[in-house]
Amino acid sequence: MDALLVYSLLTMGGLGVFFSAALAIADKKLRVEEDPRIGLAVEVLPGANCGACGFAGCNAYAEAVVTAGAGINRCPVGGQGAIDGLALIMGVEATTAVKHVVRLMCRGTASLAREKAHYDGPTSCAVQDLVSGGAKACQWGCLGGGDCVSVCTFGALEMGPDGLPVVYEDLCMACAACVTACPRDLFELHPVTREFFVFCKNHDDPKTAKDVCEVACTGCTICARNSEGAITMVENLAVIDHEKINPAIIPIEKCKTRAIGWLHPQPEPAAVGAAGGSAGATTED
Amino acid sequence: MALRSFRGGVHPREHKELTEHKALQVMPPPAEICVPLGQHLGKPANPLVKKGDRVRQGQVLAEASGFISAPVHSPVGGTVVKKTKGPVVGGTTAELLVIQPGPAPAPEAGAPVAIADDGPIFLPPLDPRSVSGKDVVDRVREAGIVGQGGAAFPTAVKLSPPPDKPIDWMIVNGAECEPYLTRDYRLMLERTADLVEGILLIGTALGAKVNLGIGIENNKPAAIRAMREAIAARGARIEVFTLRTKYPQGGEKMLIDAALGRRVPPGELPMAVGCVIQNVGTALAIRDAVVLGDVPRAATLTVSGLGVVEPKNLRVTIGTPLRAVLEYCGGVRPNARRVVVGGPMMGFAAYSLDAPVVKATSGILVLSDAEVAANPESACVNCGKCVAACPVGLMPTRLARLARLRRDEEARDLGIEVCMECGTCAFTCPANIPLVQYVRLGKKNVRNLPRKEA
Repeated sequence: MDALLVYSLLTMGGLGVFFSAALAIADKKLRVEEDPRIGLAVEVLPGANCGACGFAGCNAYAEAVVTAGAGINRCPVGGQGAIDGLALIMGVEATTAVKHVVRLMCRGTASLAREKAHYDGPTSCAVQDLVSGGAKACQWGCLGGGDCVSVCTFGALEMGPDGLPVVYEDLCMACAACVTACPRDLFELHPVTREFFVFCKNHDDPKTAKDVCEVACTGCTICARNSEGAITMVENLAVIDHEKINPAIIPIEKCKTRAIGWLHPQPEPAAVGAAGGSAGATTED
Repeated sequence: MALRSFRGGVHPREHKELTEHKALQVMPPPAEICVPLGQHLGKPANPLVKKGDRVRQGQVLAEASGFISAPVHSPVGGTVVKKTKGPVVGGTTAELLVIQPGPAPAPEAGAPVAIADDGPIFLPPLDPRSVSGKDVVDRVREAGIVGQGGAAFPTAVKLSPPPDKPIDWMIVNGAECEPYLTRDYRLMLERTADLVEGILLIGTALGAKVNLGIGIENNKPAAIRAMREAIAARGARIEVFTLRTKYPQGGEKMLIDAALGRRVPPGELPMAVGCVIQNVGTALAIRDAVVLGDVPRAATLTVSGLGVVEPKNLRVTIGTPLRAVLEYCGGVRPNARRVVVGGPMMGFAAYSLDAPVVKATSGILVLSDAEVAANPESACVNCGKCVAACPVGLMPTRLARLARLRRDEEARDLGIEVCMECGTCAFTCPANIPLVQYVRLGKKNVRNLPRKEA
């Protein structure tokens, strides 16, 4: 037999034996016991790594649940499935998750909100906001540049034909990426059943507000005066305390600009309350 | 000898031929003026008058509200109609005093005759040859003079450098590197002797040891000649630096590099290398405040662009709406597309023609279709033109990309905060990327980052 072949086989084989022995020893000596539940917890989490739980990603959250006792209800993306799974792994009682979605607090579409100038720079909202505050005369409203759409990893946002983003609530995982991305802070996280809002963030004086947008809150205080303390006026803007509000007693028909009201048209305004949402949830798109 | 200049920069088409031969004209005040309370960098001034008050020309309308602030004086004699919020250049709204110029109404019949003095108020004139440095600085502060170069920084602050920063050079910025603008050029030609006096007064304010100079680009030979003659006639020691025409030579740091070869370290002010820069208009305002006791009542500016019927160099009453200025220049042509306040490189597009002229307004440009035409943005080809042109040595294309990707720490580490938004990079970009806008976004995001541990 060729000597070269023999030497080669011996060398390679010898190296193989040596390293496998080294690895076997290292495995015994340097072993780190990892809680097997961490692996299981990672399995039940969605793997989106969106950061909505407040941890660096799904792995970090799983570790925090198992080792640091983090709450099992912090993954909005996984929803009830993730909570049930984590409860089983950790041997605790499952809590109920209320599905949250984002809502856009502006209804100033291209036809309702006045443009103060033609803008032809980069479309990004963040850039527009820096250049003379964008094209919209309202300095509080949606700029329509779609920064929210581009950060949404779940395809739950799309730019509508009227210049405002549309939320697909069944796709929205409440990760709040859009809440952070919006330079005008127009997105809010709410339980999916909550549908009664002031769809405006304009703090201008009444005259300016009326001038810049047809659907702005003008700060007339009618809703606040009839809300039994659930609506407060903050610098010309009605702000709802969602814990206290009883929509049935608010005279929304008196809001001249329709800034306060229901997300979806309500069949019988008097009979809604907690059940609100069932009526129009399917018309979202 | 090779002409002095700085590293980088560009030379856009000058378009100065539209107005450079036109002598300054005084535009009469319109029927109503709107005087903003914040015409300077820093805190807005506190109003001292109210609706219905009769004000005299030169009267203090609002007092300075801190060290970095400046008072506002009434540009006209007239009546305060109201205090309101209105559009200002830069895209926002701000507090304005609306004043109707005109003589006091005749006293009603039977009323006790008590006609108060209604004429203009001037500060007491000072003798420029015997005035002390402190008096000059006090007068500049009292008169509310702000830098005419664009940023509108209160001038008195700039004339009061901290004692640990000795100043050995004061250079007046006569570069006027922005295309179209010819206001400094006209001022250098028409008020040459006053300008020399103004430069000497700034020298007085900064102390006896400071060297004086003026930097002028070589596309203004008449101004260089006029300045040299006036300096010789006065027997003053002022050096005239002839600079190779290039944008942004009028930037403070570029001018210091071009004239003296000194580099201001990133993030530092010119005083770090012993320099103070003042604009031509500022030097003249200082001269008027000291010698005549006058306060800034009008802005000297260039109205130009192919979209305006009759381009002019004008002295316009502060508070005059842009609309009135354009009407005075024969109105706009049908092809007018955009009104820019300031120069075309660093000025702001005005969204409302009701915005008023302020102390530091240097130009109003009405740009036509042809002048604003732009190719659509395309992908960066990594050609490096912006890197070669950046006068402060940044990598604009990389910074813009990092800003878009929100990689703010990296952008900060690459010095994004040093950018002065001169627009040189965007001007050279063959892919037409709005680099300045993205870098501005990046700068804002970097400002919001938690402070780095020292």
